[in-house]
Amino acid sequence: MYFDSLTAAWDMAGHGPYVWSAYAITLAVVASLIILPHRRARRAQQLLVRAPSDGTSDADQDPTKGGDNASQA
Amino acid sequence: MWKIIHKFGSPPWFFRFATKAVQWLLPLMLIALAVGCVWGLLYAPPDFRQGNSYRIIFIHVPAAVVALAGYYVMAFAGLVSLVWKIKMADVAMRAVAPVGAALTFVALVTGAIWGKPTWGAWWVWDARITSMLILLFLYVGVVALFEAYENPEVAAKACAVLSLVGTVNIPIIYKSVDWWYSLHQPASIKFTGESAIDASMLYPLLVNIGAFYLLFAVVVMMNMRATLLETHTNAAWLREAVD
Repeated sequence: MYFDSLTAAWDMAGHGPYVWSAYAITLAVVASLIILPHRRARRAQQLLVRAPSDGTSDADQDPTKGGDNASQA
Repeated sequence: MWKIIHKFGSPPWFFRFATKAVQWLLPLMLIALAVGCVWGLLYAPPDFRQGNSYRIIFIHVPAAVVALAGYYVMAFAGLVSLVWKIKMADVAMRAVAPVGAALTFVALVTGAIWGKPTWGAWWVWDARITSMLILLFLYVGVVALFEAYENPEVAAKACAVLSLVGTVNIPIIYKSVDWWYSLHQPASIKFTGESAIDASMLYPLLVNIGAFYLLFAVVVMMNMRATLLETHTNAAWLREAVD
């Protein structure tokens, strides 16, 4: 480690508040970027498992299994 | 090339691919990010002129680099959506916009925090910083446009046009430090010629640039996967994949 102690690493010769707050904000953004789509997917998956299909899935076949509508989302 | 685009255009194939890819890439990204940040924060030497405040570079530059690259990905998805009407391109465009906005926000905020001890100001209306702010507005504009229209096809078309028009801003951001007198320092890493940064600082920076590219890829795939789960509720392949 470059610093002599954890206190010195925290202080960074007076620049600590700037550096650590920048990293904290970045970490919070990174965490929310990962957590939000994970929650969305989990919620949608729960709804999907609970709700029965209404049988209108003809136009939504797996195109890799013989269908021809690869570009239809 | 066409085979790859065709595969990515298939929701079932993409769903299976993204599920597997995220499982592998997410831990890899977290490890790379932890290594890059700890290395940059605690093991890299201080800058001879800026002292320790320069350590913000290890998150500021990766966020800015990937925010710019992400815009090209979004614009390319917009082009594919407009020209070939591939719906997965709309899903991709919609997935990239919030990630790009978040990374541009990180670049601007960390830049402001770095600016205070270095320039004595949180913000200056400098060419580089102002063009990055425009990039944030472009990303937020695409997110807002998608929400503004009830018809998803019309929304996708409007977003594609906005994305493509906005690409004009990207070379301006890259070259702003050369074209105008700027407080912002010029690029330290050069693809041609010697980089103006010591290896002890360059390596953790490269690790974090890699980590942020992985972050971008992982979150875009997670967003696209979530959208497919929300919009293909009657698809047999999705029910099979989820079970």
